[in-house]
Amino acid sequence: MPTAAHIAPPLALIAELTHRCPLHCVYCSNPLELTQRANELSTEEWSRVFREAAAAGVLQADFTGGEPLARPDIVQLVRAARAAGLYVNLITSGLPLDETRLQQLIQAGLDHFQLSFQGAREEPANEISGTKSHAHKIRVLEWLKRHRIAVTLNFVIHRRNIDQLQEMLAIADASSATRVEFANVQYYGWAFANREHLLPTRQQLAHSIEFIKQAQTRLQGRIRVEFVIPDYYAKYPKACMSGWGRKLMLITPAGEALPCHAAKIIPDLSFENVRNRHLDEIWGNSEAFQKFRGEDWMQEPCKTCDRRTQDFGGCRCQALLLAGNAAATDPVCSLSPNRPAVDALLDLPNSAAAIELTIPQPAWLYRINPVSG
Amino acid sequence: MTPELDNIPRLAPGCRLNDKTQQPRTLLMPERALRLNGPSLEIVERCDGRHTVQQIIADLQKLYSKAEAQRVQTDILGYLALLHDQRALDFEAPTA
Repeated sequence: MPTAAHIAPPLALIAELTHRCPLHCVYCSNPLELTQRANELSTEEWSRVFREAAAAGVLQADFTGGEPLARPDIVQLVRAARAAGLYVNLITSGLPLDETRLQQLIQAGLDHFQLSFQGAREEPANEISGTKSHAHKIRVLEWLKRHRIAVTLNFVIHRRNIDQLQEMLAIADASSATRVEFANVQYYGWAFANREHLLPTRQQLAHSIEFIKQAQTRLQGRIRVEFVIPDYYAKYPKACMSGWGRKLMLITPAGEALPCHAAKIIPDLSFENVRNRHLDEIWGNSEAFQKFRGEDWMQEPCKTCDRRTQDFGGCRCQALLLAGNAAATDPVCSLSPNRPAVDALLDLPNSAAAIELTIPQPAWLYRINPVSG
Repeated sequence: MTPELDNIPRLAPGCRLNDKTQQPRTLLMPERALRLNGPSLEIVERCDGRHTVQQIIADLQKLYSKAEAQRVQTDILGYLALLHDQRALDFEAPTA
């Protein structure tokens, strides 16, 4: 097991500022158990975390949530992270935001604005978010054009909108974005609960890959087009979080330090809190970050596989969800003994898709909000 | 895209060097970061919207006078094109 002295610092700090959100997206990556407002870190506590992170060598802060704009002190938090020396990304639904507040965020030093979209068409997008949000996002894009700031559009992709990629790209093309992410839903949290309605068909996926290739060529030098496939269809697993405890550290609204968004589902793993311990020590020494760091924990086939230094065995949470063992090879891997279970999950969308697509609105499990307190 | 010699390179929105007091010097970009040293740092520091490509080349040829001048020019044009394709750089045309 490597010791703290030899571990390079994280590149980015993922700051889940709050779990409150005006949207109720059916694929939200937040845990089913959400943090209450009363337990959220204060402005001062977050500011200290940013200073500790920058001092440890962290380069970027990703402000996310929930909806980071739901924090009344969001402008102060941007200023504090910038003052600490961090590059500040805001990952947002664009609600609640008006043009004055946008200006304040930019003046406070916001570097990069990432606006999430639920689709290209108003009605279906609003169905996914459980809120009237799409038209407002289009207005936010107009405001962004008047500022010199990096803009990324994040389109979250699934069976019910994967056929709209062309319209989504047209929205990006008419905006000031220099980067577009078409990220297929990954199945954790609320998305796991709604998986059967979200998984695309094999044919949809093949079409989308072809479309993305052409778009990347056409837009080179103007817009970077990135595509994240649904890993249930992949041959090899994703390098989840770029490897456990290697590049990224996530802080929950209540100050717990996690190696990834979903880590709390792993049983018998305890997490330390930045309220009680310096961020650098948690990164280097805590049980949670050491647990799946390096290769000692690996089982076969990962243990002796040449790809273990590229994908780090895939995702620990997915191993738990699909194989019942967080130390197993990610079951989406074609080399995993558990791959047949994933193939079985793909039977449903690929056999019944035609019928299901005609259902006007599936019985979505909408993301709720934390109970007030 | 390779720039013209009279183009003025400027870091794209959301791309900036970290503070002079922070080591190592790093070009911070959306979702990425690029460690810079030696000539790469000298080049990026001059992508400030005030130097033409020609001026950057002349400066670097002076700084690295032992290197072959033509080679320095080729390397700089290649590096600027690479940063541009990664959307880290805008090439602004000179104002008439």
